[in-house]
Amino acid sequence: MTVAGSRLQPTLFERSRPGRGGGKIPHPPPDALDRIPAAQRREVPAGLPELNEPEVVRHYVNLSQLNYAIDTGFYPLGSCTMKWNPKLNEWAARLPGFTELHPMAPDAVAQGTLQLLWELEQILCEVSGMRAVTLQPAAGAHGELTGILMIRAYHEGRGDLGRTEVLVPDSAHGTNPATATMAGLRTVSLPAAPDGGVDLDAFRAALGPQTAAIMITNPSTLGMFESRIGELLDLVHGAGALAYMDGANLNAILGRFKPGEAGFDVMHINTHKTFSTPHGGGGPGAGPVGVGEKLLPFLPAPRVLREPDGSFRIEAVGERPSSIGRMRSFVGSTGVLVRAFAYLRTHGDSGLREVTDDAVLAANYLKARLAASGLYDIPFEGPCKHEFIASASSIKKRTGVRTLDIAKRLLDHGFHAPTIYFPLTVDEAMLIEPTETESIETLDAFADALITIAREAESDPDMVTSAPHTAPTKRLDEAGAARNPNLRWRAAATGSWTPCPD
Amino acid sequence: MVPPELRYTKDHEWVRVEGDTATVGVTAYAAEQLGDVVFVELPDAGRSLEQHATFGVVESVKAVSDLFAPITGEVAEVNAALAGSPELVNSDPYGTGWMIRVRVADAGQVDELLDAAVYEQLISEG
Repeated sequence: MTVAGSRLQPTLFERSRPGRGGGKIPHPPPDALDRIPAAQRREVPAGLPELNEPEVVRHYVNLSQLNYAIDTGFYPLGSCTMKWNPKLNEWAARLPGFTELHPMAPDAVAQGTLQLLWELEQILCEVSGMRAVTLQPAAGAHGELTGILMIRAYHEGRGDLGRTEVLVPDSAHGTNPATATMAGLRTVSLPAAPDGGVDLDAFRAALGPQTAAIMITNPSTLGMFESRIGELLDLVHGAGALAYMDGANLNAILGRFKPGEAGFDVMHINTHKTFSTPHGGGGPGAGPVGVGEKLLPFLPAPRVLREPDGSFRIEAVGERPSSIGRMRSFVGSTGVLVRAFAYLRTHGDSGLREVTDDAVLAANYLKARLAASGLYDIPFEGPCKHEFIASASSIKKRTGVRTLDIAKRLLDHGFHAPTIYFPLTVDEAMLIEPTETESIETLDAFADALITIAREAESDPDMVTSAPHTAPTKRLDEAGAARNPNLRWRAAATGSWTPCPD
Repeated sequence: MVPPELRYTKDHEWVRVEGDTATVGVTAYAAEQLGDVVFVELPDAGRSLEQHATFGVVESVKAVSDLFAPITGEVAEVNAALAGSPELVNSDPYGTGWMIRVRVADAGQVDELLDAAVYEQLISEG
């Protein structure tokens, strides 16, 4: 059995043996259940696994070693900005002053945390060019919803009730149409022009008194800055609509383009992408939202306020009646926000500009290397921002090897695959985003791997289409897993009552 | 490869008209682009569809895509087999992989759909 193979092991439930490991955890006193009515008590023991400590620790450590993570290797997942998460952030977030603060603590004993949150809002205002920021939203898509709800409140507040449509370019993030729908509005999809930007004629035709907002991801998921952004924003505002910027790709424009100054009315910021908070673990997240003048009154409540004497307090309930209300419990995912603050303060303004410059340089370097190979199609030529699209369309026509196969073969080379089949508008797409935190040696090794695989597709296509060969599992039946999901584990037998040690 | 007797949309749906009923599905080209289909969400019978509005969702291992009504009309019947066997969309897109039957409200809309030659041209351009 391979090293990896031996880590694919039975579940804790399957390894359970009656009585094993008993007595190591504190047991309740013998009379603990006396005051629970008999009808409320469990009749049969819960089917909990019984193991000893080394079995449990080895189980999880071995499973953790099956993970591919930014801590183990290069992760060029386009549109996700899988940059390195500095360990300094973790130190900051673990400071007891933050971790031991009770969420219900009175303002007087929470001054440090409130100050950090307030200062973080100021820094994000500076970065985004917005007037004010709310830290409440728990993720990017939650931020989008927050922004669109504020836009709806703005139109309604002016008695402008006919604005029911949100324009979304087809190069936008997939969450944008979902956000519009969640906010009770209708999505109108805009086609891209041949250069990948928004088609201005289609945009003009779709814009009207029924338009509530446009949502633009800039740079787009094609990795391109929207070159007609000034015209777009003028047209939007001329029509009485507002402009939402999806800040998912903020890593490409730090210190170079401020959406608020350009005229965007609202944007969200993905701290897990741009400001290196942990990513991909399913949460908690943070998706702060910045607003310009028009949406200022509608910001979610409560806000963190600074008093004239320099102290900080949380806005009282009902203090600002124009607010759209609460979007999340308390003031946001504070632990995540501490990490973002640490990242921002360690970089400073020149450091952040360098982040963007290096991220864009790395993407263009990889793009140029793949283009020079002549093996991959590069659908949009010219310089890109922080990510770019390559396509295996020609390789597929010549050899039958698809983007999916190449992605699987990359695993054998020790790399996480890029995003594949997104954006949907490009055939056999690969969306590659190296981020600024990788060395040139890593970028070269990744380009070499892609080139090697493209050549292998010509000489030995079966090797590619049957990949991965060295991963812990072979090619998974993704369609079968989705069509016949096995979502629930059932105990083979019920557990036993573990006797309390005397 | 494209059945000559059907009508098509730019969104890669096909329409087969029999009397005042139109059967709707997605084309083989669409099915191939989608990859293995794992879930199809369809409207209930009796729902009114408006031309170009979404009437359902098809989910594959690659993507989740909207289905657009090629014509206006009421849903007369839904292919219940797709709930348990979404793979029919891949294996038999023009046959057992059909999605809905619609009562045609305006025959003029059918006449304006693409014919097989035009659709074939559309997909060959990529």
